[in-house]
Amino acid sequence: MNVKPVQKVVQKEDAMWLQKEMINQNYHEVASAHAAGRKVSATFVPGNLNELLMCFDFARRLPETDALQNGMRKKSGKMIMDAERDGHSEDVCTYVKADLGMMLQGDLGPTGEPMPKPDVLLLSYTGCFTFMKWFELVRQKYDCETVMLHVPYQGDGKINPAMRRYVVNQLKEKVIPTLERVSGVKFDIDRLREYMKESVKAEEDLVRVLQTAKRRPSPIDGYFGAVYYIGPMFTAFRGTPEATRYYSVLRNEVEERMHAGKGPVTPDGDHPGEKYRLVVEGPPNWTSFREFWKMFYDEGAVVVASTYSKVGGVYDFGFRHDPDHPLESLAEYCLGCYTNLNFPQRIDMICRYMDEYQADGLLINSIKSCNSFSAGQLLILREVEKRTGKPAAFIESDLVDPRYFSAANIKNRLESYFQMIKQKRGVKNEAVAA
Amino acid sequence: MKTFIGIDLGSTTTKAVVIDEARNVLGRGITNSRSNYDTAAAVAKQEALVAARFFLFRKELSQRGVLGQNLEAFLTQLERDFRLEQYLEQLADLEGVCRRNVETAKFGDAAKGVASALETLFKLLKDEAPELFAPGARRKSDFFRDIAGAQYLAQGERVAKDAGVRYDQLLNVFDRSIIEVENRVYGASIKPHLLAALERTYRTLPQTGGQKERISAPIQAILDTGLEETYVVGTGYGRARLPFSKEHIRSEILCHGLGAHVMYPNTATVLDIGGQDTKAIQVDPKGIVESFQMNDRCAAGCGRYLGYIADEMNMGLHELGPLAMKATKTVRINSTCTVFAGAELRDRLALGEKREDIMAGLHRAIILRAMSILARSGGIRNEFTFTGGVAKNEAAVKSLTQLVRENYGEMTLNINPDSIYTGALGGATFAWRAVMEEGKMIEHREAA
Repeated sequence: MNVKPVQKVVQKEDAMWLQKEMINQNYHEVASAHAAGRKVSATFVPGNLNELLMCFDFARRLPETDALQNGMRKKSGKMIMDAERDGHSEDVCTYVKADLGMMLQGDLGPTGEPMPKPDVLLLSYTGCFTFMKWFELVRQKYDCETVMLHVPYQGDGKINPAMRRYVVNQLKEKVIPTLERVSGVKFDIDRLREYMKESVKAEEDLVRVLQTAKRRPSPIDGYFGAVYYIGPMFTAFRGTPEATRYYSVLRNEVEERMHAGKGPVTPDGDHPGEKYRLVVEGPPNWTSFREFWKMFYDEGAVVVASTYSKVGGVYDFGFRHDPDHPLESLAEYCLGCYTNLNFPQRIDMICRYMDEYQADGLLINSIKSCNSFSAGQLLILREVEKRTGKPAAFIESDLVDPRYFSAANIKNRLESYFQMIKQKRGVKNEAVAA
Repeated sequence: MKTFIGIDLGSTTTKAVVIDEARNVLGRGITNSRSNYDTAAAVAKQEALVAARFFLFRKELSQRGVLGQNLEAFLTQLERDFRLEQYLEQLADLEGVCRRNVETAKFGDAAKGVASALETLFKLLKDEAPELFAPGARRKSDFFRDIAGAQYLAQGERVAKDAGVRYDQLLNVFDRSIIEVENRVYGASIKPHLLAALERTYRTLPQTGGQKERISAPIQAILDTGLEETYVVGTGYGRARLPFSKEHIRSEILCHGLGAHVMYPNTATVLDIGGQDTKAIQVDPKGIVESFQMNDRCAAGCGRYLGYIADEMNMGLHELGPLAMKATKTVRINSTCTVFAGAELRDRLALGEKREDIMAGLHRAIILRAMSILARSGGIRNEFTFTGGVAKNEAAVKSLTQLVRENYGEMTLNINPDSIYTGALGGATFAWRAVMEEGKMIEHREAA
């Protein structure tokens, strides 16, 4: 008798279902914007100015999330190959190529709905030099308006008043007038303040959620789970009541798990039990996301904190949008996002996580096609090892190019790393016992 | 007696090491991984257990003072005779499988001729067998597939011609049959083979005949005492295939780190160049791994690179090192890609460079890759232990020594003649620790 294989149901938290709905809704809004007489903006995730864009009624596209959504839906491989055939080198950022490939394929978005031509490209430049080239290519393709906000790098490891003024001036003199002209909507700073009030509520809840990972066992995975949690915050939703509601639902759900002493939810159900607590630097691989995650929870590893979950903005050291100083706080937000931090700051941040989240070690997932951020990661690794005395490991994959995920190799390195932590822990316990 | 076994299931070869309760290495075994890890693990383990028997024979006979100075010669002869017995059994098996395959090979009218040619051919192979295992005989490999294959090819052409059958039909039969034979373990035959080999040895060394009783009794006693497989730890790419629970599996990084430490207790940095991996490992004074780096995405600069170059040059893998040692200069090979290196090789040959000088350049290219991985792992610290199949290659060692001196100054470089067994030794030591220090028992894998 033939037994029909049972389709395994993927386990998700309620908040995840809610978020999925929100994302699909946003793609639909973007797709139908022009028909509804709305203008469309495109902007990048790190330090994005979502509240400001909302003040001009833009439907909001984010090319990076388009690429990662296409990656998770296994569509990016072909897009990247199309972009390469169109003349883009193998070494170009695969987010860029997935985006360009999507355009070449007729600009159908991840949900299958058509993606309209953006009316404005808002480039908030926060550390990734590829962003500039990316929007140059997009501008060439769509022939649309571009406005750039130059955010000075925190080379000295701090934000000084001149830097803040410089950003605020650009907002006042360049960015806002351009957005007004393109949208035909007059800027209303009180509207911005209202959105920011929503942002603060959501930010507060997100921080609480991410910090539950300080508990043992951690009720969340601060990397594989957190990339879902940050979705609304870093994309088109921050400042909306939907986002506020999402984070409130999420926080309740996570706190319930925490009080029940439960671990994170994985696609296979409850986490099998926390054996290793890790801090992770670098984005995940999106094309083999579940397979990659499984390599962790199968071995009992939980990520308690990650830098990538701060890629849009860093909230856990106190920053919140400030409705009383809206433009200044937008400036502060852009200046303080992870990609705009210098190396010593990133190292400090990781060391702080290692300590506060009682991590067993640091893992770096270095992205093959990311020239901006892969440089220097080995130095981060060494320095963190030196300062914390905890073992670190290094693996390599890619964002959305399925060709650069070698499962056997990555699994081999991860298993070695976990066993190394276990072995070191054994020695430490012996020393304590002695 | 209790034994602790480590099995390293590598991409090219599978290695096993057996140790006793006092952590003495009793035996080592190696076999080709033959795309079948189950068989490879069983064969490697069996080989190691055979070597363990020989170790015990030597110990027992020498304690009893039997044979005196002639003990080594006797045991060496016994081992050769044992290998011959093993070879003859596999050869008979191969013949049977070949005959069966002729019947189903759809050779039509030629089938009869091929069958008769096979009979002649196998008779020749059997007659030649003792020569292969005679004192001083050189074999390119110790694996049945290679030895029997080489003989089959060498004699087959003439036999086919004499019998008036097509040579390719004979080859076809061999290709169809070897995998089946290669994947058999012959576990039950070890004891009878050893006893048969013993009789052969008495005949070959008639002067020992007088002591027959004194020799045979302890050997028989050792054969009657079981070697208990108290705990087994597996490592290497095929580790998940071992019939034991996850508790029995260790990553090869940990095993190589610990194995190198057991061989050289002052080891601080380990470089392992295997078939498809290059690993740089930093260990603490107890052999605990502190950090590691491996080659990623690309296996250029690993053992397979040399294998590929050997094929390109139509040479044996083991001939590359000695050829490179004859170099008078080092030709620069820049490519890190195996296939591109092949292109560079042909380009340099076309430019009139000498083969040995190019070989020296290729070896240097591999080691340069390893130096970069070592740097990533935290550099080289004293003492530095080099392991893996490539550590047997003298030209690779020469390049490494030079580059280490240039970049890190004088260092103690340890290379053990048994370095290919480092991972398996680490595994065996983990097995020993699991039982002797942690009180664990063997756990079998849950049925899938």
